[in-house]
Order: sequence, then structure tokens, then C-alpha cells
Amino acid sequence: MKQFLMGNQVLAKAALDAGAKIMFGYPITPSTEILETWAKFCLKDKSLSILQTEDEMAAGFGVIGACLAGVPAFTATAGPGNILMQDAFVMAEALRIPMVSMIVQRGGMSTSTVIYSQEEVRLTCFGGNSEGFRIVYSTFNLQELYDYTLKAFQVAWKYRWPTFILADGYQGKMMGEIEISNFELPISNLKPILTKGANLRNCYNLEEEIGEIIVNYSDEYNKVRGEIEEYEEYQVENAKVILLAHGIVAAAAKVAVDELRKKGGSIGLFRPITLRPFPAQAATKILNKAEKIIVLESAIGQLAELFKAELFGLNTTLIEINKPAVGFTPEEIIKTIVSLQ
Amino acid sequence: MDNLPRFPKCYKAESKPHKFCPGCGHPIVLKMLGQVIDEMGIADKVVFMVDIGCSLLAWDYFDLPTTQTHHGRTVPTAVGFKMADPEKIVIAYMGDGGAYAIGLQHTLTTCLRNNPITTIVVNNTLYAMTGGQLAPTTIDNEVTTTTPGGKTEFTTLKGPELLRTIAKPEAYFESLKNKVLSKTGSYLKNKVLSKTGSYLARGSTDKPLVLKQYLMKAIRSQMAGNYSFVEALSVCPTNWKTDAKKTIQRIQELEKEFQLGEF
Repeated sequence: MKQFLMGNQVLAKAALDAGAKIMFGYPITPSTEILETWAKFCLKDKSLSILQTEDEMAAGFGVIGACLAGVPAFTATAGPGNILMQDAFVMAEALRIPMVSMIVQRGGMSTSTVIYSQEEVRLTCFGGNSEGFRIVYSTFNLQELYDYTLKAFQVAWKYRWPTFILADGYQGKMMGEIEISNFELPISNLKPILTKGANLRNCYNLEEEIGEIIVNYSDEYNKVRGEIEEYEEYQVENAKVILLAHGIVAAAAKVAVDELRKKGGSIGLFRPITLRPFPAQAATKILNKAEKIIVLESAIGQLAELFKAELFGLNTTLIEINKPAVGFTPEEIIKTIVSLQ
Repeated sequence: MDNLPRFPKCYKAESKPHKFCPGCGHPIVLKMLGQVIDEMGIADKVVFMVDIGCSLLAWDYFDLPTTQTHHGRTVPTAVGFKMADPEKIVIAYMGDGGAYAIGLQHTLTTCLRNNPITTIVVNNTLYAMTGGQLAPTTIDNEVTTTTPGGKTEFTTLKGPELLRTIAKPEAYFESLKNKVLSKTGSYLKNKVLSKTGSYLARGSTDKPLVLKQYLMKAIRSQMAGNYSFVEALSVCPTNWKTDAKKTIQRIQELEKEFQLGEF
């Protein structure tokens, strides 16, 4: 079934179809319509509930409380709200809480802009203390907002790591047609966490105690990361130049690849969909064959550093095109690439 | 031996002796709470959440589902749990720093919304776990490690008195009220309880049996669908640097500053 919706409405609709029951949130542009849309759902369906909290910390911890009771819950925020919510996100990592959060990125540091950016990559992937045991999906169109939100709830409860949909103001406010699924996928492993016999803590007496837990978490995370990692490769076969981009920048890059291919260019695109865990093996295999990798992002090196951290020793020229908090059009990507030849 | 007072049944025996300092007030509050849970027969319904600070040492105090949270965030976690599972009795346990400083917005807002949870605040007028710093409850001229010359700058925060200004006695969640009604089948009882609305009280570890009555009323209030809040005025000989006699003297003096009773 097709529906014409705004990106933020898509996110709320997807959470509903994923089986979420409660949303906790604090209004912040450009994510607010998610909360408003969920409020409307609650009017119609009495099995759903909503709490507009006093701040983002309460929203994050409210989600944790609901998850502890075995009820799928979620929140949505952006920018400064993402910072405040790190308080809850790290507890979700420590206690293995399957919380789902939608980050509709704002631009810049501090309050800055509300329309668009890719400036919250680092914060969303690694914004807490310790090692960033999280799953982060970066979507690149409205359909992916829907599909990956459905998936986020399943993956969160299956692996019990906090899971994020990383969108941006542009995707949140964009309107278009999307295909809605007609069936509800069951969430596996959906059961109360805080039950009789469970005494959960996040504070330890000894360094050795927590050190062992971190190592175990890391082993577990690395063991399943191959099942979680997702990416899209586009026209990469024998391509001399491969563009590396995520989110909506990758949508523009894809158009640029098509145009350049028409003119005989040997060019392709590698798009990580999970930024955390980063699809390192696939990226190495594909990018190793290229002569040149061009990273395009609406930030300074936030994607590039994820990639570089995972691909030490890759003997390929790497060029970074950074436009912090500013978008890319296919035309300017084409122009830039032509000028680099 | 049989004549000795027994541990509450809901205690977790393996975690005793407890981890609090000798002479601490927390175990008195927790013992009263344990007795209330036993006497009300609600151990299978209680979910216990503790804050950061000394309250975190109670993470395995009871044989009850228990979780630590972050500093000040016990209350919103409790609200989230209660919304997801309204049949449970959710207790948020914290110190005066968690309730009145870093988490004050949650304390105020849950009272304002009449969220059906029970908040228990142990007030010893300072930050104990970190070594005795200034708290919103620190009284005039009290010496703390961050007010070495005695605190003079501002007034003392009084939790139940503050909450009284926003608590709505007649407010309750309609849906939850209906659930309580249908389950107990006691219309009259619920009618009476719903009139009490949000329940606010301050007890003292110096008068544990009175404190116990407040805790019981608070839990009943939550069961009737209302917000409830009990502050337990408490002692901290470690940071007060007082011996047993002076500790008791000091809490009795504090009882003049912090009025005991229901609000």
C-alpha cells in the first residue's frame, strides 16, 4: 500500500508498524512532527501511549523504563537534544536496553541550524563514554526511513544494543510516496528485562570487573557485527573512482554517478547504511580495487574518520570533500569530480 | 535467637551485611520499606529503582527486580516502566542531590502530572557518596567540603513543601483508576483513596515507625493511581563527622528545620 507522507510522519508510521507502543519525546526542530504524529495515533489506538517529557533526558530514560518492562518504546530528537540524551544512551549500552532513537540531524555545534546536516555522525555513533556499542542506520530516502525503522526495532531487541535511525532535517521534512508494509513483523526476544531475580547495575567497585564486561561486550558486538552491517554498492565493478557517502549526500552522489557514467566515466558509489558497525570488510574489498576514493559529506571528516579507522593500510588515494552543515547537489558533485580528474 | 527481630522477607540475604557505612540512615529507611512490602504482601508487584550516590548501594538490597539508573534519572525511568506496566508498583529511591538538584525537573514534573509512582528521598543535607558537598538541602551555616566557611548564600530547599504548591489533590489517571477499581472490586475504598490525591510526607530515620506509616500510605496512594513522595530525613555520621550521640542530636535539631508530617 502506498502513502504520501512527510519524512517525520514516515518515521512515526514505521514505529507503529514495527510494534512500538510508547513514544517519549521533547519537541525539537526538525524532529517534532514525529511526536505530533504519534500523538494522533494515540487518539485512535488506545493501546498506544505518549509522554511529552520535561526534557530529553527524561525522554531517553522513559524509553529505558518501558523497555525494562518489555514494551517496545522509542524517542526522537536532534542536535542539542541528542547531546542530552547521551545520558540515557550510555545507560542503554551498559544495561543492554533495546531502545530505538530517531536522530533528525541539525547543523553545526550548539543550537545552530535546523534544516540539514551530517554533523551528528560522531555524536550518534560515539557520543557516550566507553566504546560506542550501538547500531546506527543512516537512511537516504523516505522509503529507507520506513524500512530501516521497522528493522531498527527488530535488531534492537534481537541484539539488545541501543539502535538509531540517523536522518536529517531534509529527510524529516521532505514529502513523498512510500510503500507501507501490510503485515507486522514480530519482534523477537520481546520480553520484560527487569523481572524477579534481576538486580541490574551500572556502577562497579573494581576496574577489573568493568574491564571484563567491556571486553565481553566488545567480543559479542564484533561477533554479530557481520550480521548487522549493511551497505549499498553502486556501479563499483571496475570503477577507478569510488565515491564514499552516506545519507542524503549518497542520493545526490548516485545521480552524479549515473551522469558521469553516461559520459564514459569509470565511477561508482559505496554507501555505508550502518555507520556503526561500519561495514569494514565490504568497504575494504570494494575500495581496495579503486584508484581513488572521494569522500563526500556534510561535515568535516566525520564519515571519513569512521572509514579510515577501519581501513588502516589501504593503499588508495583518498580525497575528502567536506561541506559542514551544507548539502550537495548532483551537479556540483559532477563538477568537483571532473575538476579532480 | 528466635526473639531477635527478623530481616524483612523481601531482603536479599546474600547481599547482607549491607554496603552502607556504619551508622548510615539508608538501612533504616530500607528496612522500613522492606517491612511495608512484606506486610502489604506486594513483593511480586514491586519494581525498585535506585539513583547514583549512596542510594546506588541498594542495587541488590532486596530480592526484588531492581535497577540502578543514572544520577537524577531514576524518576523518569520509573515513569517509563509504570506507563509500560501499570500493574506494577514502581519505587524510585534516591538522595537529596538526585531528587532536588540534578533531577529536580523530574521530581517537579512527575508531581505536576500526578504520575502514579512512589519517590523516596533520603535527605542527609549533603552529597555523601562524593565526600560531603553542598546540596540544595544544606542548612544555613552548615559546613560542607564546598562551603568550608559555612553555607550562607541561599535558602534551604524543602521538597514536600515545594511539591505541595503544584500537587493536584484530586487529579489521577482515569484509565489507571478504572483498572484499580475493577481489580480490587472495592469501590468505596478507591473512592476514599482517590480523594487523597498525591501523597506527600516527610519522616525521619529518628522515628522509623512513623516513617514506615508514611511509606505504606505512599504505596497505597500509588496503587490508587496517584503520585506519592516521601522524604526521609536521615543521618550521615561519616560526612557529618559525628559520633553516635552527636548524630542523634543533629538529626533532632534538623527535625526543627525540616518539619515532619504529611503535606
